[in-house]
Amino acid sequence: MDIPYTVQPRPDTGLYNAKVGIWLFLASEVMLFGALFSTYILLRVGAIDWPEGVDVLNVPLGTLNTLVLITSSITMVMAWAGCVMKDFKRFRFFMGLTILLACVFLVVKSFEYGSKFSHHIYPKEGAFYAIYFTMTGLHAFHVICGIVVNAYLWGPGAKLWKKNPAQFTNRVEVAGLFWHFVDLVWIFLFPVLYLL
Amino acid sequence: MSDMHIDDFKHEALDHIHHHLKTYVSVFVALMALTVVTVLASYLKLSLTATIILALIIASIKGTLVACYFMHLISEKKTIYLVLILSVLFIAGLPLLTLLAKYDVPVN
Repeated sequence: MDIPYTVQPRPDTGLYNAKVGIWLFLASEVMLFGALFSTYILLRVGAIDWPEGVDVLNVPLGTLNTLVLITSSITMVMAWAGCVMKDFKRFRFFMGLTILLACVFLVVKSFEYGSKFSHHIYPKEGAFYAIYFTMTGLHAFHVICGIVVNAYLWGPGAKLWKKNPAQFTNRVEVAGLFWHFVDLVWIFLFPVLYLL
Repeated sequence: MSDMHIDDFKHEALDHIHHHLKTYVSVFVALMALTVVTVLASYLKLSLTATIILALIIASIKGTLVACYFMHLISEKKTIYLVLILSVLFIAGLPLLTLLAKYDVPVN
């Protein structure tokens, strides 16, 4: 039996099922990261001394990573647009670029982590580093998950394009929604941790 | 790949996609520019309150741009808005409850 409403919108929601599913998931993600942002606020308000991100983190690298992630967001939406335009090569090119940029983000992040570890700075250092490693670590985990999903769609998952391009396009859209959310979280993480 | 699938395939989106591409590029340029502005503003040595307010305003504008245009929230169905309103209420309520707990200290 085929899974219903993978392409056609469901009459009661007006959406295909995967789209409702991803938005429900993203709503739970909003609450997960929201809880961590609340934790950050409470830790900071309650702390006697709180280091400024500018003094203890590498702002140029953080800025570079922000620009990389924003660029990966537009390449992701361009990959989806390639599917809509029925241009599979365009999809492959932009999706490949998205994966590459996501890897660049992780490499830059690993340099930042490596620099901290080489100075024996770990989450146990204090409240600031505890929340810094927790939030950026969880975010990096989301980036890794995004890479896995996008790599599947770029590689073996792309077989669906020949069988059912509309369903494949919807899969790319859903993966894109997750990826833009990852970008969205970083847009708030960067100023909060690095600049304030 | 059936021809019927191709014919039915995202007709509406296809009609507007070239217009959308221009919008995506404009949003991308705005996001890059706002990132540079955020970083430069942090070197202005404003008061902490002003720095926080400025940084959060810029981040909110950037977040809104990503959500509205890259995630297509500007033209989404009611179901999605309902789900998001619920999660936003939780987000607003969470720090509020914690802050209220601050005053929930026994007198004695």
